[in-house]
Amino acid sequence: MNQAHQTNAGASSGSIKSYATGFVLSIVLTLIPFMLVMTGALSHSAIVFCIFATAILQIFVQLHYFLHLDTSSAMHWNLMSLLFTFFIIFLFVGGSIWIMYSLHYRM
Amino acid sequence: MMQTQSLTMPVNATGEHEVHDVAATQALGFWIYLMSDLVVFSGLFATYVVMAHNYAGGPTGKELFHLPDALLETMLLLCSSAVFGLAMVAMHKGDKRLVLAGLAAAFLLGLGFLSMEASEFHTMIREGAGPQRSGFLSAFFTLVGTHGLHVTFGMLWMAVMMVQTVAKGLTAPVQARLMRLGMFWHFLDIVWIGLFTVVYLMGVL
Repeated sequence: MNQAHQTNAGASSGSIKSYATGFVLSIVLTLIPFMLVMTGALSHSAIVFCIFATAILQIFVQLHYFLHLDTSSAMHWNLMSLLFTFFIIFLFVGGSIWIMYSLHYRM
Repeated sequence: MMQTQSLTMPVNATGEHEVHDVAATQALGFWIYLMSDLVVFSGLFATYVVMAHNYAGGPTGKELFHLPDALLETMLLLCSSAVFGLAMVAMHKGDKRLVLAGLAAAFLLGLGFLSMEASEFHTMIREGAGPQRSGFLSAFFTLVGTHGLHVTFGMLWMAVMMVQTVAKGLTAPVQARLMRLGMFWHFLDIVWIGLFTVVYLMGVL
């Protein structure tokens, strides 16, 4: 029965606590890069690193607390398709930027 | 999917499990649609990053973007997502009135986000920084506009689901649709984090 309860792939029920945790973490992870950019407290490259680190962290927070994605067997195919999509995106975006950067560099 | 389901749980020919199976299969199918949507957005992101400095002598992101407004838009979308989550909790308790209240609140917060974005676009176009001004602005309007279009359709869906919740009550198909709408709404949040970071934060920096 416990298994059956979890099989709502990609949309299993969360609790008020999990949504509240995700919400608070998301706000904190949005405010940190905003403050860094507004105040310019760090060097340029350190700010860029922090912006992307908090963004990636927040994506994982939202996937976990809002979309309830985890490594349970019920979520296996959701997770696999997500990883496959990340791989495609890595090729797509990374490849485009690499090629265009190279082009700018050589012209 | 049916095969993998049978590995984790016995599939009954009738009753609760079959309804559950259909909802789970639909949720996975919808998830795969969201993943394909993510690939579309990644293409637009790649285009934007490549075009980000092709100003053609026009205005730059630093001159155009107002970061506090973008932060407020982020907050509206985050609140909308969280309220929708609470509506889902209410749905599992079978509280129809709370579900409707949550959906209405999520809709209004989404409307706030969209009106802010519309006014930003309007101001930019009026100042001569429309999509035809430079490669940077074409990519900007395409990327941010596509997200805005998704939000618009999400709100249309939300309005339909409010009507269905009133007319049909919280039946199994309505609950399954609300869950998929929730996935869509949270997914748009994740895309917006990317937009906020790559377009607004990097643009102002």
